[in-house]
Amino acid sequence: MSIIQTIPIEWYLFLSTVLFAIGVFGVLFRRNAIIIFMSIELMLNAVNLLLVAFSSYLSDSKGQVFVFFIMAVAAAEVAVGLAILSMVYRNTNSPDINNLNKLKW
Amino acid sequence: MIKLVGLIPLLPLIGFVIIGLFGKKLSKSIVGLVGSGVIFGSFALALAIFFELKGGTQKEFTIDLFTWISAGKLSIPFSFLIDPLSSLFLLIITGIGFLIHLYSIGYMSHDEGFARFFAYLNLFIFFMLLLVLGSNYLIMFVGWEGVGLCSYLLIGFWFKNTAYNNAAKKAFIMNRIGDLGFLMGIILIFITFGSISYHEVFMQANSYSSGTPVLTVIALLLFVGAMGKSAQLPLYTWLPDAMAGPTPVSALIHAATMVTAGIYMIARSNILYSLSPVAMQTVAIVGACTALFAATIGLAQNDIKKVLAYSTVSQLGYMFLALGVGAYTGAVFHVMTHAFFKALLFLGAGSVIHAMGGEQDMRKMGGLKKYIPITHLTFLIGTLAIVGFPGFSGFFSKDEILAHAYENNKLLWVLGILTAAMTTFYMFRLYFLTFKGTFRGTHDQEHHLHESPKSMTIPLVILSMLAVVGGLIGIPEVLGGKHFLEEFLKPVFADSSSRIIFHLPESTEYMLMIVAVAVMATFLYSAYTVYVKNKTLPAAEGEELQPLHKLVYNKYWIDEIYETIITKPLNFISEALHKVVDNQIVDGIVNGIGYLVNWTSSTIRLAQTGNIGFYVFVMVISIVLILFTRLM
Repeated sequence: MSIIQTIPIEWYLFLSTVLFAIGVFGVLFRRNAIIIFMSIELMLNAVNLLLVAFSSYLSDSKGQVFVFFIMAVAAAEVAVGLAILSMVYRNTNSPDINNLNKLKW
Repeated sequence: MIKLVGLIPLLPLIGFVIIGLFGKKLSKSIVGLVGSGVIFGSFALALAIFFELKGGTQKEFTIDLFTWISAGKLSIPFSFLIDPLSSLFLLIITGIGFLIHLYSIGYMSHDEGFARFFAYLNLFIFFMLLLVLGSNYLIMFVGWEGVGLCSYLLIGFWFKNTAYNNAAKKAFIMNRIGDLGFLMGIILIFITFGSISYHEVFMQANSYSSGTPVLTVIALLLFVGAMGKSAQLPLYTWLPDAMAGPTPVSALIHAATMVTAGIYMIARSNILYSLSPVAMQTVAIVGACTALFAATIGLAQNDIKKVLAYSTVSQLGYMFLALGVGAYTGAVFHVMTHAFFKALLFLGAGSVIHAMGGEQDMRKMGGLKKYIPITHLTFLIGTLAIVGFPGFSGFFSKDEILAHAYENNKLLWVLGILTAAMTTFYMFRLYFLTFKGTFRGTHDQEHHLHESPKSMTIPLVILSMLAVVGGLIGIPEVLGGKHFLEEFLKPVFADSSSRIIFHLPESTEYMLMIVAVAVMATFLYSAYTVYVKNKTLPAAEGEELQPLHKLVYNKYWIDEIYETIITKPLNFISEALHKVVDNQIVDGIVNGIGYLVNWTSSTIRLAQTGNIGFYVFVMVISIVLILFTRLM
């Protein structure tokens, strides 16, 4: 019985749902690119939390392996994403994503 | 020799391919040599086959070349049928065809389309041979359509002239109406007999009783085809217009060979007609009416070729009259003699036109006798032959037809003898106006007058000899002769002749002959009185005519009537369909679909705002919706 299991599974579910919802709403309603970026990370971590919790409860290590993958991919994504953001900032002098509306009909 | 029959149509085809492909590079003399040479080769073969058939005991050969169409029940071999009828037509086509090719070398020598002309002529001979050689209706149909095509090409040979092109189109379209009837006849034959080969069809038909409705329908449909091709009422108007083509074409296609295809077809299907009295009666009446009708028009025409054209329509009517009264041999006999003298007359007319430098109006001719003696003499022989002067070929064939008509129905005989009277009048009118009297053309034309070259006069001389002696193969028995042709053709018409009994007392036959000759002499004399003694000239252009004369001069306004009751309404319907159905409905549907696609895409395009926040929003909403529906 690991330390993780001292907390009931439902609580993990609630927490990660809340975290995920915060991430979604952050992406939807904030205009600052950095904050959107952070909200995406929040969603990823909500999923990671849930994966770890279930992995522990089901005594199946596959879930934790998955989490490591997600973290590695997220790190790569951050590297690319931040590079894009810094280029956006250099070109528009603002982190507002509503400036990026040139790609249309 | 019979085995080589495939070569007969193949030679003209080879000629067509050579001249058609390399004609422009070859010199005119080589083109002429190849063009006429291949036809002569065919003629030689046809002659050999004719004698082999005449001497041998077997009278019918079927030569299978290959299987052409094989589908389900339908199996059509590409095979040729050699029997007395087809071998006789082979001789006429290749023999006259050769003479006309020879004539064309001289006649067309100054034409830039020389090679094209010979290529078309060779192609025509090929299709015509296919028509008469085929052993089933489909091959006949192929030849039938092929000669129609060549006729179209040759009428419109001088395609820079719009009127000639219109004449060509008219011929083609009018023939197409007849062809539809022919095609439906063939289909009905297949439905009824399950085969379209002559042998099979006639054998089965023989067991039907006389007057079976389906046979009548078949016979009438086939006759519609014959009406178109052989220019009978009401589909005859294309033939006089077809004179737009070069004169050798008029002689070969529109007088001697192609227009007799209808007679060949009915003679070939004689058993179907013999079994259907209604169809026979129709053929006879249409034939007699056409003969008389065209003859009356011929009385008032001034164009030398137009007179001959109406005369051809009239003579074709004679042949149909013969078929209709069961005188199949008489019809074929008249086809043959007519081919001789009408080809001769047309070629003679061509020689006259050649001498006149293209002038065709008889009012501007006259007195040509001393300028072109050979043409004059041969033309006179042709005229005597066509009016049935005793001893000339036309006399025998016409007499045979009239005798049969007399036995069948006195009224038909009256129509026939009236036609003969008019024929005499207009042919001698033509002859007197052209050759007698004094020259009425311009001084330049008079200076230009000259006898045609040898290549043109030799065919004239040969044809005139044939026009004289051609009748000798069918001297009626009352004159102490022997009807060779009837003897020769007996196997072809055997089934029919047992059904149609012909018997006239000898005295009646003599009487009929005397009446015919008397009528001919009377009208010859009246033509002489009018045009030589009184030197009457046809009314000049624009002169006011008597009502009846006007009616005939304007060909009963048939062309105008057709124009009003058929062409105009058809054009109107086409126009209406074009405007409503095509432009509105068809185009509307096509354009509407295009418009709809444009409209939807231009509307949906607005959704692509370029605003990333909106895209994400839509994505999230969509995911939520998908989850919602899947999990519910």
